[in-house]
Amino acid sequence: MNTDTIAASATYPGMSGIGIVRVSGKNAVSIVNDIFKSKNGKKLVDLKNRMMYYGWIVDPDTDKVADEVLVVSMKAPNTFTKEDVVEINCHGGIVSVEMILNILMSKGARLAERGEFTKRAFLNGRLDLTQAEAVMDLVSSKTRNSFDLSMRQLEGRLSKEIKDIRSSLMDLTSQIEVNIDFPEYDEEEMTIENIKNISREILKRFDKLIKSADTGKIYKEGIKTLILGKPNVGKSSLMNYLLNENRAIVTEIPGTTRDTIEEFVNLAGVPLKIIDTAGIRYTDDEVEKIGVKKALDKIDEADLILMIFDASKDLEGEDIMIIKEIQNKKVIYLLNKTDLQEKIDFENFQKIKEDIIKVSIKGNKGLESIENKIKEEFLKGALDVDDDVIVSNMRHKHLLEKSKKSMEDVLESIENSLTLECLEVDIMNSLEFLGEITGESIRDDLMDKIFAEFCIGK
Amino acid sequence: MKDIKRFIAGSYDVVVIGAGHAGCEAALAAARMGKKTVMITLSLDSLAMMPCNPSIGGTGKGHIVKEIDALGGQMAFATDKAMIQFKLLNTSKGPAVHSSRAQTDKRIYHVAMKQAIEDEYNLDLVQNEATEIDVVDGKIVGINTKTGAYFETKSAILCTGTYLKGKIYMGEVVYEGGPGGLFPANELSASLIENDIVLKRFKTGTPARVHRDTIDLDKMEIQNGDPEIIPFSFMNDKVEVDQIPCHLCYTNAKTHEIIMDNLSRSPLYAGKMEGVGPRYCPSMEDKVVKFSDKPKHQVFVEPEGLDTKEMYIQGFSTSLPEEIQIAMYRTIEGMENCKIMRPAYAIEYDCIDPTQLKRSLEIKSIENLFFAGQINGSSGYEEAAGQGLVAGLNAVLKLNGKEALILDRSEAYIGVLIDDLVTKGTNEPYRMMTSRAEYRLVLRQDNADLRLTEKGYAAGLVTQERYKKFIQKKNAIDTEVSRLKKIMVTPNAQVQALFEKLKTVPLKAPMSMYELLRRPEVSYDDLKEIDKNRPEVDKVVIRQIEIQIKYEGYIKKQFKQIEQFKRMEYKNIPENIEYEEVKGLRIEAKQKLSKIRPDSLGQASRISGVSPADVNVLVIYLEQQKRMKKEDE
Repeated sequence: MNTDTIAASATYPGMSGIGIVRVSGKNAVSIVNDIFKSKNGKKLVDLKNRMMYYGWIVDPDTDKVADEVLVVSMKAPNTFTKEDVVEINCHGGIVSVEMILNILMSKGARLAERGEFTKRAFLNGRLDLTQAEAVMDLVSSKTRNSFDLSMRQLEGRLSKEIKDIRSSLMDLTSQIEVNIDFPEYDEEEMTIENIKNISREILKRFDKLIKSADTGKIYKEGIKTLILGKPNVGKSSLMNYLLNENRAIVTEIPGTTRDTIEEFVNLAGVPLKIIDTAGIRYTDDEVEKIGVKKALDKIDEADLILMIFDASKDLEGEDIMIIKEIQNKKVIYLLNKTDLQEKIDFENFQKIKEDIIKVSIKGNKGLESIENKIKEEFLKGALDVDDDVIVSNMRHKHLLEKSKKSMEDVLESIENSLTLECLEVDIMNSLEFLGEITGESIRDDLMDKIFAEFCIGK
Repeated sequence: MKDIKRFIAGSYDVVVIGAGHAGCEAALAAARMGKKTVMITLSLDSLAMMPCNPSIGGTGKGHIVKEIDALGGQMAFATDKAMIQFKLLNTSKGPAVHSSRAQTDKRIYHVAMKQAIEDEYNLDLVQNEATEIDVVDGKIVGINTKTGAYFETKSAILCTGTYLKGKIYMGEVVYEGGPGGLFPANELSASLIENDIVLKRFKTGTPARVHRDTIDLDKMEIQNGDPEIIPFSFMNDKVEVDQIPCHLCYTNAKTHEIIMDNLSRSPLYAGKMEGVGPRYCPSMEDKVVKFSDKPKHQVFVEPEGLDTKEMYIQGFSTSLPEEIQIAMYRTIEGMENCKIMRPAYAIEYDCIDPTQLKRSLEIKSIENLFFAGQINGSSGYEEAAGQGLVAGLNAVLKLNGKEALILDRSEAYIGVLIDDLVTKGTNEPYRMMTSRAEYRLVLRQDNADLRLTEKGYAAGLVTQERYKKFIQKKNAIDTEVSRLKKIMVTPNAQVQALFEKLKTVPLKAPMSMYELLRRPEVSYDDLKEIDKNRPEVDKVVIRQIEIQIKYEGYIKKQFKQIEQFKRMEYKNIPENIEYEEVKGLRIEAKQKLSKIRPDSLGQASRISGVSPADVNVLVIYLEQQKRMKKEDE
């Protein structure tokens, strides 16, 4: 069953100084051979088994160096999986591991499923019988909800766009199938010219989608997290806490942060780009006005908002204005200065009252719940942060690329004068790949669609 | 049977209950494979009856007929005999979806099939009603009938069609009845339930038949057959017949108005029917209600036969009262004065939940008891016949202690049909459509013989005569293909002139004839003038070669997919596996797997509710069991 070659990060991405990418399978050595440039100029296939070599991973398509690495190849059967295994030691952090995995996949490796190395090790007789149940646990644990989980991890916009493309493809496909299976009925004929136009449209959307699904982006740029609140509620203190260093000036004078400050932080594997903003208040100071405007402008692009209230003050017009501005965003509400006499009253905002996290940033109280809440928001229950996000995002991107490739095949086949049912093979493939992201089956949905939308049958 | 005196009516290897399209193929297959077989039918006159449309084939269905033929079945022969019109559908599309369809004379079809059955040495045909299956120790041992005749048997195949507790609906008129004015079979269902077989209730319907002299065909669009008739059977080189046309007409606003006004009198809309009907075979009231924006619907007028004036009104099935039917039909241009000879009706009947079956069509709970046709929740003559053939074959293979013949999804439409039914079950009468087949490009009508003849031969159903003819064709293809690969075309003046005429790119370097045929604008015949030593090659062979070459890229694509599919499909799951004991499977997966009991990992993966993670767990579990066994030894 295991004829393909799999690859995955063997280390905890983003957490250690060194990253290890493991490749296993029949073509492990030849695939890495194509992308590894050793210092001594020799090809990996000519280098010694079980010796570590220094060199670079180079993307053969662009000739760009991805990372400086140490590579070791281990021939079957004396390896963990009993298959040929190559391990690439690269720099830690997500970017470098991900770039290498991307190159490996473009050369024919497949991203390993959870527990797949272990599964292979067991199936190939490397692990003894007593470990079978542990292996079963491993392969069944996380993957069981993987579709849900990975779809949830996709940004809303992204998953909506995938669904929209899928639905355009389903429209196309059902029309073609009706033409094929019910040729004598009065249904509109899907012409080759139509298919061409629709395919081109869909390809454009794929391009846009793949660009925005660029998995590196989220890690390079982080989740845009905006800290909002009235002046002097503790925004900069929170930022400092999250950064563990004093970057922004923290004073008792309202309006000290007059512009926005951006910092990158890795919160237990969740990369955040934190943006501290000027306190929002009604003001006549021209400079400060600009700061307030900038803060409000940032709301649109933010992925997450940390909205801070001052427990020792009444709820004021500015607070309510901000609440209204951010009502459509993902927000974590924080009630700061809870060590002081509590005056604030959320009478008209029951929802906020229920969700709010009480903290004292200065007093170092409740800060962990902020971190946990952030992690929770982005991993939706997958609190023990691991490589799920990166893996599923990468998987999505590659599936999108394959899906797109199938639609390119449609156009190519049209050029070669191939008939409808050939084009349909590629359209179906395109749908299958999307289905691997969304977890939806095609054939059953297709039947339902045909009967719901076309009046056919004797 | 309490009061009736039982007597032993005979001792058989195989009893087939029902003589419809499933029953006929099942009985013939069993008998031809040397088993003493009896077929019991409610009426000898309704053997191989076509109670609905007078046609055989069509998209997906034509494929099945060709597959039945390649495996050694009878349907294609009978169709070729009864054909009164031929059409190859989808000719504007590629060869994979070309589908043959014949309009047939129903009586000739019946006679042709009855003769084949009567001529079969090992096959007895009796008129009776099967009332009970006799099961001892989880094994079928006999069949009881209404008259008391008891048939001892080693194996039985149930092909009861729509007869089980058949109920006819025509508006408010509801009565017990079988199709086409026949009696229902009211007793057998209870016996099945007693044996813990789960039944479902499905419905289907048929339009009215009208007298040809009462309609004006000139007011309708004529629909002629194709000039060239391609026989359904591989064994027939030609079919000669004067083709009879069909006619097309349309419903209109008046028709729809009558329907809407009388909707409350439809048993379906009045909620009187419990059976689930097929979506692809909607009644006219369904079409009008669901697609209210459509101003008209197509209606085809098809002859029921040569020596009858009954016309089948395709597309116009209904369960509205007869009175309304007359009014509705008469709104159609050309049918203003039509006289209905047989009214349209809906029929509701018992069938089994097909997930109780193995892919051999044997029921999991009772040994040597097989099911085929509409009783399995399918619809259509062809679908029934395909199952009948497989059930007949497998009943015999089982008695002979041989492995069952299971066609997989990449081998035949029949394989897709049976796998869908037994793995996923069905919520409506199941009709074959080409879109149900994942590997449509390789499951073509034109290569049904190449795909299946050898399998039928190995199973013992294909005759020597057919096999010889098949081998000849296969060799002819191989010989010509290798010749075409060897012959190099060099760019000379004659070649370039020809290429210019064909509007294809001029030749720069020598290229094989085979390579040249890849070009869409170049046909085999086009190259004749530059192919000096071309041998005399049969038309069918040329056609096959052209398809193979021109489709090659895509066929390769599909083969790659098939290869992947087969990897899982042939990982067998032992029959005695206890899913409850497999830790790591989710509860839903355990339940579904225990119910369906798939015989391979591939089949398991197609069960709804079994996730890829569950399949992974199974993979590990099977390996664990295998090793434990080894350690024990």
